Amino acid sequence: MTVTRSEYCAVAIADCFADDGEIMGSPMGLLPTLGARLAKNTSNPLLLLTDGEARILRGTPPLGQTADVTEGWMPFRLVLESVVPYGKRHVMMGATQIDRQGNQNISAIGPWDQPTRQLLGVRGAPGNTVNNRTSYWVPKHSPRVVVEQVDIVSGIGRTRAEAAGPAATRFHDVHRLVTNLGVFDFGGPGHTMRFVSVHPGVTVDDVRDASGCEIHADGNVPETRTPTDGELVLIRELLDPKGLREREVPTP
Amino acid sequence: MKAPSKELTIDEVVGRIESGMTVGIGGWGSRRKPMALVRAILRSDLTDLHVVSYAGPDVGLLLSAGKASRVTYAFATLDSIPLEPLFSKARVDRTAEFREWDEGMFQTGLRAAAQRVPFLPMRAGLGSAVLENDPDLRTVVSPYDDGEELVAVPALSLDVALVHMNRADTQGNAQYLGPDPYFDDLFCMAAREAYVSTEQIIDTAGLTVDAPLQSLLLNRTMVTGVVETPNGAHFTDCTPTYGRDEAFQKAYATAAKTAEDWAVFHDRFLSGDEAAYQAAVTVFHQEASA
Repeated sequence: MTVTRSEYCAVAIADCFADDGEIMGSPMGLLPTLGARLAKNTSNPLLLLTDGEARILRGTPPLGQTADVTEGWMPFRLVLESVVPYGKRHVMMGATQIDRQGNQNISAIGPWDQPTRQLLGVRGAPGNTVNNRTSYWVPKHSPRVVVEQVDIVSGIGRTRAEAAGPAATRFHDVHRLVTNLGVFDFGGPGHTMRFVSVHPGVTVDDVRDASGCEIHADGNVPETRTPTDGELVLIRELLDPKGLREREVPTP
Repeated sequence: MKAPSKELTIDEVVGRIESGMTVGIGGWGSRRKPMALVRAILRSDLTDLHVVSYAGPDVGLLLSAGKASRVTYAFATLDSIPLEPLFSKARVDRTAEFREWDEGMFQTGLRAAAQRVPFLPMRAGLGSAVLENDPDLRTVVSPYDDGEELVAVPALSLDVALVHMNRADTQGNAQYLGPDPYFDDLFCMAAREAYVSTEQIIDTAGLTVDAPLQSLLLNRTMVTGVVETPNGAHFTDCTPTYGRDEAFQKAYATAAKTAEDWAVFHDRFLSGDEAAYQAAVTVFHQEASA
């Protein structure tokens, strides 16, 4: 079976949740949802996942469907007061910009007082990044998205957390950045962006050309692992039979 | 002796609001928003409002009509359409003052106001641009041995809260029938006066006939007035009474893109009273299915 780029992304995202144990996964967006549901079927059956609204789902329905056994209640108020600060959560957010230091922006483009484009607003990003494990998903890696410095810091990276003091670093845990080109963490010098792997068909130079900041490499950068046959069956037949993943991440 | 009815008309509710007030609006994004009351504010002479909201079309419309001079929010969205177009326009055009908090800070600020304390501590906001862009925010150092420095989220005290519930009685007991209460009880308790619009006012005994006790989110000590506004959350979601009107929301978001289209939309839907609005919405759907 030929593995598509979006399927490499799906397993790379699933691997982000593999060692989380019995916590709530909060995947934002299509590929993160696919990846988290894949993890629940493979590496981490203890993962708690919602329908994106107030219901905790027992199983993992196909993308776009929510009909399933409900195992719990998770209204917004409980997310904000009883999950985020409680810490038993791993959120994977999007990022309109993410920088070398691991800061993320979903607020606006341009200066705060005079934005050129309003985005969603900071939403829960400031709270997420000082309370629970946080990863990021970028479907289109480009120099405008992966930048030297974000315009408005919504989710915070390690250096800013340390500057804000022990209360900000105590539970700070930015785990991974997964993009359509590769997987990264913030284990480079001074907690900067570092290669974890590149997806098959992508070179380190391809990634550097598509980035607006330097990305550290520890020696040779490995390839993102290939999905197992079992994972491909789960992705193609159970979790995303309509192939919505190919629309978000077309294979080049 | 029976407690007096708190039932009001839409215009009576809006008559209780004054220019310059801080007005909290319940719901979340494009969900269970008291839109009939928002539309009535659009028609009023009110100005200079400070609007506090998990923002959706309520805030977009109030900004567009020049009713809001200040907004406190954590995001602005139409949910099925990611960005709120009128909000985005106001933000880029700088037609009001904006205060953007983390959504957990926002809840904590409402809770502080509800509990009548000046602030509550939390981690959210530390290290982020939120503290830089709102210079009024302060931190507080734990008086205990840990000595942690946390954000002192100030009370989001409101003059008036406006929320929309599926059902209520005339005394101000009110219930939601959908899956999420959002933060409507906190909005009411954070406000000096709280007004509930509802799909249906029914007899008190009916509230728990077919719905669980826990759906009674608001008790009458939290509520100043009640107004029946059928389809009053339109076009936002009010499940299970009705879902979001996606076709109408799309028309709203499309019209908001240009001044010319917006003028046509405004003229068609927002130039009359609530009855005229609901009639125009009915025609909109008749034309779509014709």
